[in-house]
Amino acid sequence: MAERTIIPFGPQHPVLPEPIHLDLVVEDEKVIEVIPSIGFIHRGLEKLVENRDYNDFTYVAERICGICSFIHGLTYCQAVEKVLNVTVPPRAEYLRLVWSELSRIHSHLLWLGLIADSFGFESLFMYSWKMREEVLDIIEETTGGRVIFGSAKVGGVRRNIEKDKLAEIQKRLDKLEHDLKSITNVFIEDASVKHRLCGVGVLSKEDAYHLGAVGPMLRASGVNQDVRVATYAKYKELDFVPMIESSGDSYARTIVRIREVYQSFELIRRTIKHMPDSEIDVKVTGMPTGEFCARNEQPRGEVVYYIKGNGTKFLDRLRVRTPTFANIPALLKVLPGSDLADVPVLVLTIDPCISCTER
Amino acid sequence: MSVLSKSPWVIHYDGSSCNGCDIEVLAALMPRFDVERFGIINTGNPKHADIFLITGSINEQNIGIVKNIYEQMPNPKVVLALGICATSGGIFKDCYNVYGGVDKVIPVDVYVPGCAVRPEAIIDGVVKALGILEKKREQDCGGNCSCSGEGAC
Repeated sequence: MAERTIIPFGPQHPVLPEPIHLDLVVEDEKVIEVIPSIGFIHRGLEKLVENRDYNDFTYVAERICGICSFIHGLTYCQAVEKVLNVTVPPRAEYLRLVWSELSRIHSHLLWLGLIADSFGFESLFMYSWKMREEVLDIIEETTGGRVIFGSAKVGGVRRNIEKDKLAEIQKRLDKLEHDLKSITNVFIEDASVKHRLCGVGVLSKEDAYHLGAVGPMLRASGVNQDVRVATYAKYKELDFVPMIESSGDSYARTIVRIREVYQSFELIRRTIKHMPDSEIDVKVTGMPTGEFCARNEQPRGEVVYYIKGNGTKFLDRLRVRTPTFANIPALLKVLPGSDLADVPVLVLTIDPCISCTER
Repeated sequence: MSVLSKSPWVIHYDGSSCNGCDIEVLAALMPRFDVERFGIINTGNPKHADIFLITGSINEQNIGIVKNIYEQMPNPKVVLALGICATSGGIFKDCYNVYGGVDKVIPVDVYVPGCAVRPEAIIDGVVKALGILEKKREQDCGGNCSCSGEGAC
């Protein structure tokens, strides 16, 4: 029998923008067991809710994660609005949807770049991030920030996007959608990319479901589950259908994300077409009393916000269950049996966002 | 650009930031901003690095790792605290697991504020750091080698 060795992976590692530590037990080149340790970015911000005004906390919630920041802030606002019985004006709902989908596009493009980097395709990495800058430009022009938007607030949104601007955004997105084909075709068709992704890290439908995987990780294994169908804002009116693949390998996860990018373009197109005219916020009065659990679909999967108010301006409790945390058991399932060289690819296929996970 | 006589290599570590600054560090390396044209390369190895880019504040778990990376870097070295969290703790200052800025653990040479810090600001900070790096190198060398204080060593 070959000798067993433990190889530490992280927390500081070239392929990881963020720290996570894995102890890889290997026999020759095969990974036998994986022991994770997390907590390098733990800040303890759930406790901060006890001495921050519930309105101000939106900005802290946005900074749980810098990649899906808008949807974090938005889900927090949705939970508070439900507790306060506030109805958000329709235009604000649609604007929120535009920003949510823009952040999904930029997050998936970021991921496509990182996965290309993990299997050593540097030019594809550069191209993906170059395309991503176009989306960031639109985000910056409409919200003022590149990665932290600060545009969601309890009771609506803080900024409006005028009609002319929406038309201009639509034009630029159409061009980007067209340009994007040149890189997504490489992911879909290139032999060397397929060689690194096809059949690597297969997660069966049953495992994905029982381990509680979420987002593209779950949908790539053939489970039809997307919170946007069930609960979220105006998606029902836009004929939204989740993107599903069945093979459950790294290639399927890539395809799901690529199809979601194009779907987001389509959703934004429909949103802009149906954008109603109304106020963008309502005045919020009263203090939150009671509890609520809000769910939302982030680029990485389902996020759950639980809040409990006690009738003062400070909340009693906030609990966030983030998608990466839910995907770690699935990652630990696919790693054993893989080659050591495939570990970076597999770690990245769950689209790890460690600052979400550890808060 | 007189400071750019050498190609400085940077190492990046995420303390306990929200990730916003980290992806902006990577964005600074991308075609839009492209610092690689100045020979600035992001390396994963502390022993190859001249400039330490750190985002996010210091907490219980990462205190040893930050010290470890800093100590492994060869002299002369420069530390950049990127973003308001690395500078002072920022919005998370009152969290129970946040000790404060990076300067609580290692000496910081350049502070780059912003939430999230913009790529332009990062590049500006790195250019400032290059000047400091040059000064440190002159001090370390002291004219005792073949370069006779000209900084060619």
